[in-house]
Amino acid sequence: MTLGLSLGIVVGYLFLALAVGLVAYRVSETTAEDYYLASRSIGTVVLLFTTFATLLSAFTFFGGPNLAFAAGPEWLIVMGTLDGVLFAVLWYVIGYKQWLIGNRNGYVTLGEMLGDRFGSTGLRALVAGVSLLWLFPYVMLQQMGAGEALVGLTDGVVPYWGGAALITAFMILYVVLAGMRGVAWTDTIQGLFMLSVVWLAAVWVVSAVGGVGAATGAMLDARPDFGSFGGGTYSVGFIVSTAITIAFGVTMFPQINQRFFVAKSGETLKRSFALWPVLVLLLFVPAFMLGAWAAGMPVDVPEGANVLPVVLNEYTPAWFAALVIAGAMAAMMSSSDSMLLSGSSYFTRDLYRPVVNADASERREAWVARIGVAAFALLAFAASLFRPGTLIEVGSTAFSGFALLALPVICALYWDRTTRTGMIAGVLVPQLAYLAVVLSAVVGFVPTLPRAVAGGWDVALGLMALSALLTVGVSLLTAPTAEGDASRFAVAGD
Amino acid sequence: MRRPRRDIVWIPTFALLVAFAVPWPLWGVDRVVAGLPVWIWWHVAWLGLCAVLFSRFARSGAWERGMGLRPEANGEDRGAGGDARGPAAGGDRP
Repeated sequence: MTLGLSLGIVVGYLFLALAVGLVAYRVSETTAEDYYLASRSIGTVVLLFTTFATLLSAFTFFGGPNLAFAAGPEWLIVMGTLDGVLFAVLWYVIGYKQWLIGNRNGYVTLGEMLGDRFGSTGLRALVAGVSLLWLFPYVMLQQMGAGEALVGLTDGVVPYWGGAALITAFMILYVVLAGMRGVAWTDTIQGLFMLSVVWLAAVWVVSAVGGVGAATGAMLDARPDFGSFGGGTYSVGFIVSTAITIAFGVTMFPQINQRFFVAKSGETLKRSFALWPVLVLLLFVPAFMLGAWAAGMPVDVPEGANVLPVVLNEYTPAWFAALVIAGAMAAMMSSSDSMLLSGSSYFTRDLYRPVVNADASERREAWVARIGVAAFALLAFAASLFRPGTLIEVGSTAFSGFALLALPVICALYWDRTTRTGMIAGVLVPQLAYLAVVLSAVVGFVPTLPRAVAGGWDVALGLMALSALLTVGVSLLTAPTAEGDASRFAVAGD
Repeated sequence: MRRPRRDIVWIPTFALLVAFAVPWPLWGVDRVVAGLPVWIWWHVAWLGLCAVLFSRFARSGAWERGMGLRPEANGEDRGAGGDARGPAAGGDRP
């Protein structure tokens, strides 16, 4: 009975999101700019929430509270710094300039923008290839999160694969039908929904345990180290490298980066930028503190389970716990539908059309995009069944991979002297090095290369520096090619 | 357009905002204030401060001037249509 109710709420919610997508589909035009960018018509509230909901995923919703539960509430500071402050600054540094030149030249993807500037199909395909490569584990992360969420909610009656399959089916259906406008609309609903249920959950749980002071007191009794800032997992190296790699990585995430092109006006971007830290704070404080407080609660969190559903099942009625899980599924779906949508635009516009079939009709391209989405999501689903790491581990791997793109892109945006060879070297070499590090942990016969050195400093940080050095150094040593055109990135004058 | 000297102030301001978003001065401090560890309150206040300063920065026009754009030509009038690609972007560069 309760099980049916919980599942009904989650599935009902997914259908509601689908209905919004269908409405958006009906008002959409059939152009690529409309399908992928909603004709660059997104206003402040929708832009803010679509970025917010897209950014926040299984990694935030379950990974975050889990880490706060295991290692202390400092995760709030790490995520707050990287998402609330550093990402906001990068949003302006990278995003605003990208918006200006995207608007001028009609770019839809990052690869297209760079390929046009440097007159290079190879660079365009390279950026798209790298992006799709790291998108894969991140889509997988959402499926893992959904699988775990439903196991937690139903006490294992719905198996892990069932939850992962459910979200896979919905996100394929969604992206194939809705396009950017539908994604942005549902993101707004999902973002508001997430915020509301997390606050309700926090208020509910905190009042059940006797107030904020009592919750913190119990937490400190159980884990005295949780009260002081830093220590344990949270070394200086860990905090700095996590904040930097994730914040830079996020700006190169296809689904986030593409949002830099969709704003209706400069004002929209500016308002979103200023409201951003507040929004981040509003979600992270209750979500992560619930995780940290759980350390002092008489709850039993099974090995490998997520802490948030366990706490909710203990202190709130079943229907409310189901609502929060629906909120978390919303977070995952709003991330993965955007990922698949962006992934399909990278695939068709930057790989399929320029490299495989330049004469493909619009109709054919649309089919390739949809089949690509389905294949990509199904492969990620298959991989998610092997559960290759925790949510945080899988997430960080993807973020660092994207972060390696950021500095060459900033160079290209702000330094006219950047050359095509400089860009290719700055993108390719660090990616290959990082891939070797990641694969060495998976492939048995290769000795494992360390992911972090000297007390938590991520190797990706060093590789980011290498990417900047290579981009600048090789650009200085090589001459700009005739096909390149630095004026494509100028924002002033016509 | 000449870039006013005060625009430059935003660079160290942002550097400080990012650097102290992590409450380094409270490293190891475990005092609880109003039910939460004091460094969590730092975080809450800091993000509030960021929102206020980001909003002032966005309104100051410093960024547009930095990129050679005229800030006042870059407001609400830049609609979704073709005009956004038009002369609104015309800066003072020769």
